[in-house]
Amino acid sequence: MGKAWKFGNSISTDVIAPGRYFHLRSNLPELAKHVLEPARSEFASQVQRGDFVVAGDNFGLGSSREHAPMIIKIAGTNAVLAKSFARIFYRNCINIGLPAITCDTDKIDEGDEIELDMEKGVVRNRTKKTELVFSPLPPVMNRILHEGGLVAYIKAHKSLEI
Amino acid sequence: MSGKTLSEKIIGEHCGKEVRAGETVIVNVDLSYVQDGTGPLTVRRMKEMGIEVAYNPKKTIFFIDHASPSPRMELSNDHELMRDFARKSGIILSDVGNGISHHNSLEKYACPGDIIVGADSHTCTNGALGAFGTGMGSTDVAAAIALGKTWMRVPETYLVEVNGRLPKGVYSKDIILHLIGTISSNGATYKALEFTGDTISDLSTAARSTMANMSVEAGAKAGLFSPDSKTRNFLKMMGREDAFMELKSDEDAVFEKRIQIHVDELEPLIAVPHLVDNVKKISEIGKVKVNEVFIGTSCNGRLEDLHIAASIMKGHTINPDTRVIVTPASRRVYIEALKDGTIETFIEAGALVTGAGCGACDGVHLGILGDGEVCLATQPRNFKGRMGDPDSFIYLGNPAVAAATALAGEISDPREVM
Repeated sequence: MGKAWKFGNSISTDVIAPGRYFHLRSNLPELAKHVLEPARSEFASQVQRGDFVVAGDNFGLGSSREHAPMIIKIAGTNAVLAKSFARIFYRNCINIGLPAITCDTDKIDEGDEIELDMEKGVVRNRTKKTELVFSPLPPVMNRILHEGGLVAYIKAHKSLEI
Repeated sequence: MSGKTLSEKIIGEHCGKEVRAGETVIVNVDLSYVQDGTGPLTVRRMKEMGIEVAYNPKKTIFFIDHASPSPRMELSNDHELMRDFARKSGIILSDVGNGISHHNSLEKYACPGDIIVGADSHTCTNGALGAFGTGMGSTDVAAAIALGKTWMRVPETYLVEVNGRLPKGVYSKDIILHLIGTISSNGATYKALEFTGDTISDLSTAARSTMANMSVEAGAKAGLFSPDSKTRNFLKMMGREDAFMELKSDEDAVFEKRIQIHVDELEPLIAVPHLVDNVKKISEIGKVKVNEVFIGTSCNGRLEDLHIAASIMKGHTINPDTRVIVTPASRRVYIEALKDGTIETFIEAGALVTGAGCGACDGVHLGILGDGEVCLATQPRNFKGRMGDPDSFIYLGNPAVAAATALAGEISDPREVM
């Protein structure tokens, strides 16, 4: 269970992992201190382990930099919930083992206590006492996420299967 | 059974069976590449996977184009990590001065009908040659380099039919900005865009690459052009005519959507801060003073882009309150622009010409914006903070708009000076 941090529509990877910290990309814990800084400068220092990033449409548009979902994860976030995701960002989340959940985030307010049940495919809003059902991931992504991400998957199988 | 789209044909060829939009398949990858913003993580991922060799090193390229040459010691170390791994594994290294990955790919590596994955979102630029190029993250590309394969969902296709004659001062950049402004920055998420029509037939490969490049700004997975005589000529100029193959969607292919664009009435367009789909006509912009003009990038750093800008700037001097930075897309572009006097024109007008690369676009060097500064750039993105300070403002336009703006010091309609 964790707290919802609300963000708007079209949060780009330039906002999640700003280019002016390009030189920190090989030092992810340092880069994570600036995660989502232009959108909410207090986020990186105040996010608690198990919290959720909750956004509107087209979260993660822009660059392919995988550092963006990496530092959301390193900052302590449990999962990203959004109305929709940009394609590359979505794939990156699953590859690094960060659940990216597509659901109606209008039903979640800032600070709501959230619980994610991947098995049942529901987001429980403990504050509002409601449940949001989400569609399961495509099978191939589900398998990658289930095995802990693409590195773990390839380490285990030395191949790609679908 | 209906016919197939370009995407269905190319992906089918790479997984050894007939495929249809919506299917998920494993495909063989022809070409994989990374750049220095994503490459160090790719190297680390391959080490974590326990596969430190490339499946096909001669079809794997490490480009150092983003922070090139390195402006900071942390990045110098990142570059060394890439160089060292390339040396040990036989991967091709494209080092400082060679320029942008996507443009080098068009010049030297990409072939019509290829599947290309790059750890850079603008890998879709390869669609200009009829290659299915798509951007992925460092881990996905690490897997593709290691295994020679990736998984892929066959995308549905939006057929974009572009007809009419481009008016003066209006270029392929304006066509793609018009499309993104119309369908929005997630209007084509997970889809392939395929461009066709009279206007497209007349566009050079360079002009097409601007549109293929920005397809991702509408969320698309690929932006494709059928290889035709223009493609053949381009490949011939690059000494690779044998790479040419004919390839097009079947007449009875199923397109999820058809989008018509008539360019006759189009005017130069501007994407205003801070999203690429905030598209306005230049006549609606009003007075916007500009601190920096940036001409270059994977979107508009090609020789014909430089020619468009130079033809307006020739014999004039840039506005004293505006700095103008020109960054050629590749070494080849740089040499050609040097030989034909284009570079001299820029320098005489008061511009700075940098070496080939991504330049100021990624906010790491060669023209970082400060607090409150305004830039007019030919690049593909204007997201908040992209070029430096989060309180700076990036406007996107075509190379003629950039040149007119360089002279006036405020965003200006190039048709008045052409």
